[in-house]
Amino acid sequence: MYRGKNISELKKQLENNEVTKEELFASANKLAHYFQDDYNSFVTILDEYKVKDRDSLLSGIPYALKDNFSTANILTTASSNILKDYVPVYDATVYKKLKKAGALLVGKTVLDELAMGGTGTTANTGVVRNPWDKNRMIGGSSAGSASCVALGIVPFSIGSDTGDSVRKPAAFGGVVGFKPTYGRISRYGLFSFASSLDHVGIFTRNVKDASIVTDVLKGYDPKDMVTLKDDNKKYTDTLDNDIKGKKLFYIKEICNSELYKDSNDHELLEVLDKFHKMLDKCRNLGYVIEEVSIDKNLLAAIYPAYMCISCAEATSNNANLTGIQFGPRGEGNNISEIMFDARTKGFSEFIKRRFILGSYVLQKENQDKLFLNACRARRMIVDKINELFNEYDGMILPASGGIAPTFDSSSEKLTDRYLLLENHLAIANFGGFPSITIPYDFVDSMPIALNITSPIMQDDLLLNMAYKIESVTDCCDIYAKVGDIDV
Amino acid sequence: MYKVTIGLEVHCELETKSKNFSSAPNKFSTSPNEFVATTDLGLPGILPVPNKEACKKALFTAMALHCENPDEVIFDRKNYFYPDLPKGYQITQVTKPMGKNGYLDILVDGKIKRVLIHQLHLEEDTAALEHFPKYSLIDYNRSGIPLIEIVTEPCIESADEAVTFLEDLRDVFLFLGVSEAKSNYGQMRCDVNISLRKSESDELGTKVEMKNINAFNNVRAAIEYEIKRQSELLDKGEKIIQETRRIAEDGKTYSMREKVDAVDYKYFIEPNIPSTKITTEYLEELRSKLPELKLDRYFKYIEKYGISEYDSSVLSKEKTISDYFESVIESGCSVELAVNFVTTSILSTLNKLEITIDELFITPNMLAGVINYVNDGKMSLDAAKKLLYKAIDEKVDPVELIKKENMQQINDYDTLLELITKIMDENSEVVRQYVEEGNNSAINFFIGQTMKKSNRQANPNKSMEIIKEELERRKNNG
Repeated sequence: MYRGKNISELKKQLENNEVTKEELFASANKLAHYFQDDYNSFVTILDEYKVKDRDSLLSGIPYALKDNFSTANILTTASSNILKDYVPVYDATVYKKLKKAGALLVGKTVLDELAMGGTGTTANTGVVRNPWDKNRMIGGSSAGSASCVALGIVPFSIGSDTGDSVRKPAAFGGVVGFKPTYGRISRYGLFSFASSLDHVGIFTRNVKDASIVTDVLKGYDPKDMVTLKDDNKKYTDTLDNDIKGKKLFYIKEICNSELYKDSNDHELLEVLDKFHKMLDKCRNLGYVIEEVSIDKNLLAAIYPAYMCISCAEATSNNANLTGIQFGPRGEGNNISEIMFDARTKGFSEFIKRRFILGSYVLQKENQDKLFLNACRARRMIVDKINELFNEYDGMILPASGGIAPTFDSSSEKLTDRYLLLENHLAIANFGGFPSITIPYDFVDSMPIALNITSPIMQDDLLLNMAYKIESVTDCCDIYAKVGDIDV
Repeated sequence: MYKVTIGLEVHCELETKSKNFSSAPNKFSTSPNEFVATTDLGLPGILPVPNKEACKKALFTAMALHCENPDEVIFDRKNYFYPDLPKGYQITQVTKPMGKNGYLDILVDGKIKRVLIHQLHLEEDTAALEHFPKYSLIDYNRSGIPLIEIVTEPCIESADEAVTFLEDLRDVFLFLGVSEAKSNYGQMRCDVNISLRKSESDELGTKVEMKNINAFNNVRAAIEYEIKRQSELLDKGEKIIQETRRIAEDGKTYSMREKVDAVDYKYFIEPNIPSTKITTEYLEELRSKLPELKLDRYFKYIEKYGISEYDSSVLSKEKTISDYFESVIESGCSVELAVNFVTTSILSTLNKLEITIDELFITPNMLAGVINYVNDGKMSLDAAKKLLYKAIDEKVDPVELIKKENMQQINDYDTLLELITKIMDENSEVVRQYVEEGNNSAINFFIGQTMKKSNRQANPNKSMEIIKEELERRKNNG
């Protein structure tokens, strides 16, 4: 049996010659095709692979890659019409490393168009559905990468995380979502959304697998100036370290139950109740967990600051999509009209809205008040968290205030009540902090997750802490056992 | 009469191995799209990696132009849509340019004019577009080549000043070795901003911009044409329109577009390039490598060595020649002779052989050796120059040649007398003509003979004296 097996289990089967990598690939391929109609995880499903056996923990292991990583000779669309026929000529560093490790690419996964969005509903090839409940979203933007791991099609997949695009869909899909410190993994070949916030992230079904994949992907890359020097650590080596006395904090203004006591949102109340019970379990493990208070105004600035910065950078980063060098050529009487037409037809309304917002905040007359103030707010938030990190080893919070939303619910919970609960994950993007989401329980038969974020460079400690917490949940290696298929 | 105010924006491509933010070669090619990396095409997912050498050369140039240098290197994005800009933005410097508030002194009509530099920044060149009636083609060879832009203050007041500044600026690039600055390859280009105002007015007139002029004589033509055009309009009481004009082949300028509002380029700091601190030590090290520039050398030659203005200007014009000349006189040889040799024999040889001075076989040391022979009176200037040409031809050290061929000048009185006596004895008829008929042409005959028989080694002045003495002696002795 292949489906639902984690990396270590598959590796063992390979080593014991119980299975061949051809068989693993065929199983993954079969599952990918089987679930495609119902869940729409993939833009492209590959029916063959071209990698050799390597001396690596990932050799022979099937995986999926978000469709915003450049893969030479393989269609890469970013789920946008403006790139619907784009076949890159070069490989992203991440893809190169995975090829070199002998991992088997099963497919390129659907994302919210150009990685902008958190619903998994805005791809040009249709919505991605949540494996635990087809009527619910998986979240985004790394929607397909989350769903294919949650369906058990592959043991790991690669996504990108600019605000929470790995960690949120991981939470809704009941899988582990990890983004290491900014610069730990090269972004070269990842289609830029907001360069100062963009991270490569990893989906797996347990913390150890996330460490295995990170060990392969991390490292300095001369092609990405922001990559860090190699830390020469193997994160899998320190997973079992003693965590007694490690200090975590949660933010009162985000998840103190008192704040929501008059709410009639039973999902929210149950999520918070289970979160605090989970904290007690962690305390029993030896963690010291304390509540801290942060100026609410500062926290309320996270979402608007994120929108200002990410849209501003996105406007510029996507200015190459004009249909001139590549992509569908627009029509018109002059070059401006041609580019205008290509962009008008090539982007959905959501994208145009973000570009207009980004352009607006960068305009000379607005820039100081909007864009630069957003950058200042970002700095203040990061400074505050770093100040707390002087005393604590990490921040622990519910990844979301609820379970995966249904398709008919409002796509973004923008009311005051949810503003902080639904948007705090961007803190880790602001500061480049390593951050991991792990499932720990269920509400209404849907998985819920907690998020831990640590100081920069402490990826190893974060994985170590998450690994220990995972051990007291019943959610290690879970996947949605849907479908009538035996693979 | 109107006062003319000109500001220049000069672009110059830097000479580096690779492009400013990619590993594609920085080379000129007539074959389109030969030197192109993914980064230069703006493909999705590409990231810029700045060229250290380009940063260094930009800083170095800013330093030579007496600019203030920043404490860190950072870049900004300039956002606009145009097909020659594949990323949709240009990486440039706004927040912290490589240089600010500098100047370059130039010599116009014998007077020093200080041209103030507003700023110098490093950016990347765009692709080149070629337009045809029904389509346009894009050549990405140029896309991403490191480019410095130098913006002057509006302090230039004539076409002469503008052109002299451009020429001298190009010499700065050449002296520093940062660029070949070939305007025919588009490596150096210039935008001219020009406005006219009434002489008594303090307020600047309406600015007209002329973009992308390659050749310096076109800069002159454009400025002269604009002064004439705008003067005529102002004379008639008409207003100057703020616009961008281009210079055509007929030397006239034509309106391209009216400038309604300045374009908002929505600059912001390039997030993919972390800032790099520039240490004081680094700047000092760089500063210590700054060569003396043209004008400084020119004045040094005049004031320190008493060289004529003309020769000083010839010797300071090119760094390699100036360096050569300075190496020659460093050995302590005669400056006057060094000037003579370099400005005549050496330069004409370079011309004749079409080589650079670095390719010349004769090293400054060798030349100094020859000069010393002349200076010590061991050799005539004439003979020395002939010898030098021979040494160049045969690619041998001229001093060795002198020794080998025993070509030293004969100054010894007895040796010369012996030779001359022998010649006179062999030509008694010529002696007779002098003695009996007073024929003075005999003197020239014997000089000629002496030089010939001595392989041109006889000291001509001394020989002349001895010949006259000897002829007089024979006349008196009857």
